[in-house]
Amino acid sequence: MNQLDVLSQPGAAENNPVLNISIFLAFVIVTLVIVFRASRNNRSAADYYAAGRSFTGPQNGFAISGDYLSAASFLGIVGAIAVNGYDGFLYSIGFLVAWLVALLLVAELMRNTGKFTMADVLAFRLKQRPVRLAAATTTLAVCFFYLLAQMAGAGGLVSLLIGIDSELGQSLVVAVVGAVMIVYVLVGGMKGTTWVQIIKAILLISGVAAMTLWVLALYGFNFSAVLGDAVARSVSDPPEAILAPGLQYGAMPIDFISLALALVLGTAELPHVLMRFYTVPTAKEARRSVVWAIWLIGIFYLFTLVLGYGAAALVGSDTISAAPGGVNSAAPLLALELGGPLLLGFISAVAFATILAVVAGLTITAAASFAHDIYSNVVKKGKSDPDAEVKIARRTVIFIGIASIIGGIGVQGQNIAFLVALAFAVAASANLPTILYSLFWSRFSTRGAVWSMYGGLGTAVVLIALSPVVSGNETAMLGAAVDFAIFPLKNPGIISIPVGFLLGWLGSVTSPVKEDPRIAAEMEVRSLTGHGAEKAVEH
Amino acid sequence: MEQNTTHAVDYPGVQQSEKFTRLRRRHRSFVVPVSIAFLAWYFLYVLLGAYAHDLMAQPVLGNINVGVVLGLGQFVTTFAITMAYVSYANRRLDPLAAELRDDLEQIEAQAAADSTAGSARTTTGTTGTAAGSAGAAGTETAEGRESQ
Repeated sequence: MNQLDVLSQPGAAENNPVLNISIFLAFVIVTLVIVFRASRNNRSAADYYAAGRSFTGPQNGFAISGDYLSAASFLGIVGAIAVNGYDGFLYSIGFLVAWLVALLLVAELMRNTGKFTMADVLAFRLKQRPVRLAAATTTLAVCFFYLLAQMAGAGGLVSLLIGIDSELGQSLVVAVVGAVMIVYVLVGGMKGTTWVQIIKAILLISGVAAMTLWVLALYGFNFSAVLGDAVARSVSDPPEAILAPGLQYGAMPIDFISLALALVLGTAELPHVLMRFYTVPTAKEARRSVVWAIWLIGIFYLFTLVLGYGAAALVGSDTISAAPGGVNSAAPLLALELGGPLLLGFISAVAFATILAVVAGLTITAAASFAHDIYSNVVKKGKSDPDAEVKIARRTVIFIGIASIIGGIGVQGQNIAFLVALAFAVAASANLPTILYSLFWSRFSTRGAVWSMYGGLGTAVVLIALSPVVSGNETAMLGAAVDFAIFPLKNPGIISIPVGFLLGWLGSVTSPVKEDPRIAAEMEVRSLTGHGAEKAVEH
Repeated sequence: MEQNTTHAVDYPGVQQSEKFTRLRRRHRSFVVPVSIAFLAWYFLYVLLGAYAHDLMAQPVLGNINVGVVLGLGQFVTTFAITMAYVSYANRRLDPLAAELRDDLEQIEAQAAADSTAGSARTTTGTTGTAAGSAGAAGTETAEGRESQ
């Protein structure tokens, strides 16, 4: 039975779009009910942005996993392992190890010194307006890149999972995804968004766990036998090549090193990840939430290793590459092979839920940054009342939602997967140096922070614009006709991260203004003791 | 910035105090070497993956090769460091941090009591407006809550 035919014919017996859509609608309805219930207590800014700081560590750990495990890491990594073998696994490891940066260096200290956004931490001892503006700029840039990549991915998933190939149909689905997301974030605020992420994480991880056990059971719980079958069906030359590194990144190893740097250093500073640390009552709960997230995310990537090689063994990498959606179809095809249309429907619905939860997390982060940092502290100079700020945040949600729908429709069919890697590179180049310097280096100054953030962001974006992902070949965004790709790598991290650190240092040592050492002392004392940290809202 | 207003607490003094320097030393003596170690181990693995293809392809057990073993090793070390840090923080960091926090709260409560006793000045400045605003938001919402 040829799986390819099944997926490419929407009316075919096995892939049942009506079933897929029904399961997804059930998810939307259940989560909407929960979001409306959760919204009853949304009154203050702390309620809206930080869910009243009322989530427990384990709950937040699930929400972090739900926020972080995007469709790219589920469908993308299973597919990358199925088609490119070991290099897909190599790629997935950076996404896990990165959480140690969050655990050891960022989560607790951020929780103790900030309120809602990354800029709060920097503004503690540096000059309010310039650092808030810079931090909001990098936050909005990362959210925008990530959001656009997610929305573009949604269109591709539609043709793969629901069998809608027409451009109009795909645009309609992108619009529906955007509209549901706006409702979640507008009504539910951070509390509603968090519950959506928790539910999605439970569904995703249990679905993937069931498939993993199923694959292993077929091979008598012998992982080596799975690998053996994957080699037997491999179309690479030699077939064993899928068990060793080199198939995907072999041609340009330095590019992979650059990507690995951005992944491991950028994850903990993604703005939607940082904001999750404020939804718990104390630094200790922030630590517990990262611990839960590390276990959940780690186990998830172990499952994807089995699923990737399982898809190569049971479906075949040639079938996967030829299917609509290419590598992204590996997990859905494996689900169909194992459990028929019902399991495929479940996995498809989970993939959609994944996109919804991730875009919701990004949108509330961007809205909080705009309303809290730019509107309230830069435009109104800290004199706006909290109600007005939340009102601005809600309007920003609508604006971002509509913009991401239009953007998502606009980039249909374009190859913009590089935007995800760019988001990590910007987070590592612009956010990591400033966060580490302001937490650990007392001489860090406003000028250093501003230089580092704009410099890291600018370097990463300019290098990407001059790279082979934008121009100069057939797979580039602009095609082969235009060629201004003078930077050879697809990942700017190896240059832009050192630039960010260097500018932060240079700006600080050349700064004519010395920051107040008393405030630096206060920040250090608070960051380690948790004294004066934002408390949970009593309900 | 609201957090940076009037202080009852002499933060530079606290920063120099024996108790706080002990807490900072304990924190850094774990966090810094462990961070360097896990990043070095990760980049060793990445470099092997990028350049030492033949070594990574060496079989160890059946079809499981050096690459898979080293990759799974990254998971093992990540989980191990996580558990080690939690245990270290619970034993060595949290009790000391809680002690310092209590000391600081006492100083602030004392100063607040002094200033109300001395004059009719408001106490909001001394209790720290950051915590104050969260508390105000809490009382605002508490009265109107119906169910949860």
